[in-house]
Amino acid sequence: MAVQSPENKLWWNEPIGRAEMAWITIAFLWGLIMFGAMIYWHIEGEQNLSNEAYRIKPEVFAAKAEDMVAKYTVRDEGDTGIPVVHPPPGSDVYLISRLWEWWPILELEKDQSYRLHLSSMDWQHGFSLQPTNINIQVHPNYDLVLTMTPNETGEFGIVCNEFCGVGHHTMLGKIYVVDK
Amino acid sequence: MAVETAEGVGALVEEKYRTCPETGLRVYAQAETLIKANAVVAIVFLAVGGFFGLLVALTRWPAVHILPAEWFYLVLTAHGAAVLLFWIIFFEIAILYFASAVLLNCRLATPRFAWLAFALMVLGALVATVAVLQGESSVMFTSYVPMKAAPHFYLGLILFAVGALIGCFVFFGTLVIAKEEATYEGSIPLVTFGALTAAIIAIFTIASGAIILIPTFLWSIGYISEIDSLTYKLVWWGMGHSSQQINVSAHVAVWYLIAALVLGAKPLSEKVSRTAFLLYILFLQLACAHHMLAEPGISAEWKVFNTSYAMYLAVLGSMIHGMSIPGAIESAQRRHGFNRGMFEWLRKAPWGNPAFAGMFLSLIMFGFLGGISGVVLGTEQINLLMHNTLYVPGHFHATVVAGTTLAFMAVTYLVVPLIFRKEIIWKGLAKWQPYLFGIGVAGTSLFMMGAGTLGVSRRHWDMGFTDAPVSFDYPGTAYLMMGLNGVFAVLATIGGLLYVLIVVGSVFFGKPRTAEAIAASPTIPAGAAKVAASYGSEEHPKLPGTLVLVTIFFVSFVLYYFINWKFLSEVWPLS
Ligand code: HEM
Ligand SMILES: [Cu+2]
Ligand SMILES: [Cu+2]
Repeated sequence: MAVQSPENKLWWNEPIGRAEMAWITIAFLWGLIMFGAMIYWHIEGEQNLSNEAYRIKPEVFAAKAEDMVAKYTVRDEGDTGIPVVHPPPGSDVYLISRLWEWWPILELEKDQSYRLHLSSMDWQHGFSLQPTNINIQVHPNYDLVLTMTPNETGEFGIVCNEFCGVGHHTMLGKIYVVDK
Repeated sequence: MAVETAEGVGALVEEKYRTCPETGLRVYAQAETLIKANAVVAIVFLAVGGFFGLLVALTRWPAVHILPAEWFYLVLTAHGAAVLLFWIIFFEIAILYFASAVLLNCRLATPRFAWLAFALMVLGALVATVAVLQGESSVMFTSYVPMKAAPHFYLGLILFAVGALIGCFVFFGTLVIAKEEATYEGSIPLVTFGALTAAIIAIFTIASGAIILIPTFLWSIGYISEIDSLTYKLVWWGMGHSSQQINVSAHVAVWYLIAALVLGAKPLSEKVSRTAFLLYILFLQLACAHHMLAEPGISAEWKVFNTSYAMYLAVLGSMIHGMSIPGAIESAQRRHGFNRGMFEWLRKAPWGNPAFAGMFLSLIMFGFLGGISGVVLGTEQINLLMHNTLYVPGHFHATVVAGTTLAFMAVTYLVVPLIFRKEIIWKGLAKWQPYLFGIGVAGTSLFMMGAGTLGVSRRHWDMGFTDAPVSFDYPGTAYLMMGLNGVFAVLATIGGLLYVLIVVGSVFFGKPRTAEAIAASPTIPAGAAKVAASYGSEEHPKLPGTLVLVTIFFVSFVLYYFINWKFLSEVWPLS
């Protein structure tokens, strides 16, 4: 029984059965394949989280966002008072997360790339783009820069999916994707 | 029953022991009392924490939505702490004492320190629980900074961790004593080896915990002005993930234990099984990386290497156990004469024995639901599809609830007669308990994973966003999943409640295990004892059934893995 000491004191010299050896080999090779898959995706795949990030003070990030909003606001969202911003394709786009909103609302063009900056003004938040389902952690004091290329038009929700206090479930933002 | 007095070399306390009539092992009174104390407190926390779990699940059932928002976040924090930390770790300490003192025929090292460990853990758990219930510490058990909890929340966790650390040292001390006093011959038994793995990992885990929780505590009382949120997360998961590997090592040890006691199963190969445990020790520390895949400012190379535990070598360990345990069972059953066809050994297994049923369900669900989903979730890029969605709790309810918790429940059906020396009450209901709990948990895992695949957020009070300035609707299917999750949560709760009632009832009101009772219903069936009369690796038996099982597993794994790459390839390009 596995609850007693092995009778053969030299158990490490015992040969391994064929079926077991085969399974170990398969499992090991499968591990290598899965390891290789991640590397392959960095080379050939189109969905990789950017490594580009900078330390930034919340005030500095907020100032950049406000600057962008001042330049490119096209309208307000209904009577919410939240600006909808249509930045030029290829430009730097700043999305503020803070208790409890994503600010501003973005309007992007389909099949155009944008340098999206994410940072938090206070606690951690979670950028969860729905229904596309892209989920990225947002930290205070870090400016994460990713190049994002919306490939479908429509209205998308940005859910906050990192718990951020009692208003967490009201923290919902929006991205519009429109044709050129 | 012989009660004698043994004077251990240099032991100041007189150690009393008895000889177990069922296993022939010498059991020391102090060790036995400590096992009982830790197990009982564990079960109390399971009962409380399970109740919180039910409230959480009912709140996330949109049609029921039972708690108000503030309470939901409070109760969710309490749920995570009570079950993941307190239930599991108290029970693990009991397992460590069992696997050392009892299995090695040895007295427990420094029982006074073991009691100190127990006292600190109880105190710490109570302080942290009170902090959460007071309402100022609804920060989730992960307590990510800069969100701040009340100082005594961190203090409670630190006390608890110090207690657990002392418990681990008592275990190591016992191994040393057993070696010195030569209470066993040759190598330690495999189950003890598994427990040793768990304890070694625990040292690393608790060290990480101290490195992060002590500064966080100082920060909460104002001695430190800032803690970097990314560093916090990295070190926190050094504790948080490694502690999951403690659970895996502990429950795998429990699987071997149950298979041995109930069926007389021997490992296919001592060498292979022990190496698999060793892989856990060597590689899992890296795994904290898979909690950092969606974070800014960490290089892709670091993520890829570490999330794969240096090329999936710890996963390899689990896959090895995943064959060697069913293989050991098949082989033992074939020796009992269940040789017809591919699966007679499985069909004629003791499915009515809750220890066996719980163990086997735990094995299957841990592998198929928890293992596969875990590897997929931990793939660097695929993580973007699932990070912080309900997929995550779906995955870990399959590992830590269907896997660890169910395995611990199963072994309790052996601990009660052997250590508490009481008959199990309500034997008829006890038969059903592992199935109720197992199916309930499998349902909640699957439906949470389903909702997560549709993007539903974890730790979220209102998937309808009623109070948000703008609107967004999850698909109807997601609502259906959350309803079904609630239904299965009720089933799991019934199973869990039944467990608590049966165990508490047996311990306090069960009939004592007299010689007649033991003869009438032996905990270790006569057949099992006979098969295991000589112990060591099996001699390369033919295992057609096990081969079919692992093939099914492997095919499901590969298919599901590639389906998720397909999903990923369809979302917006990112770089
Ligand atoms: C009756 C049994 C249980 C039910 C119905 C249940 C249900 C749930 C639900 C619905 C969630 C919330 C998901 C969310 O909104 O994020 C949750 C979270 C969690 N559960 Fe359970 N659970 C049960 C037992 C357990 C056990 C036994 C453990 C551990 C051994 C456990 C560990 C956790 C943890 C760690 C969390 C995450 C808390 C957090 O996000 O901070 N659960 N559970
Ligand atoms: Cu938020
Ligand atoms: Cu949030």
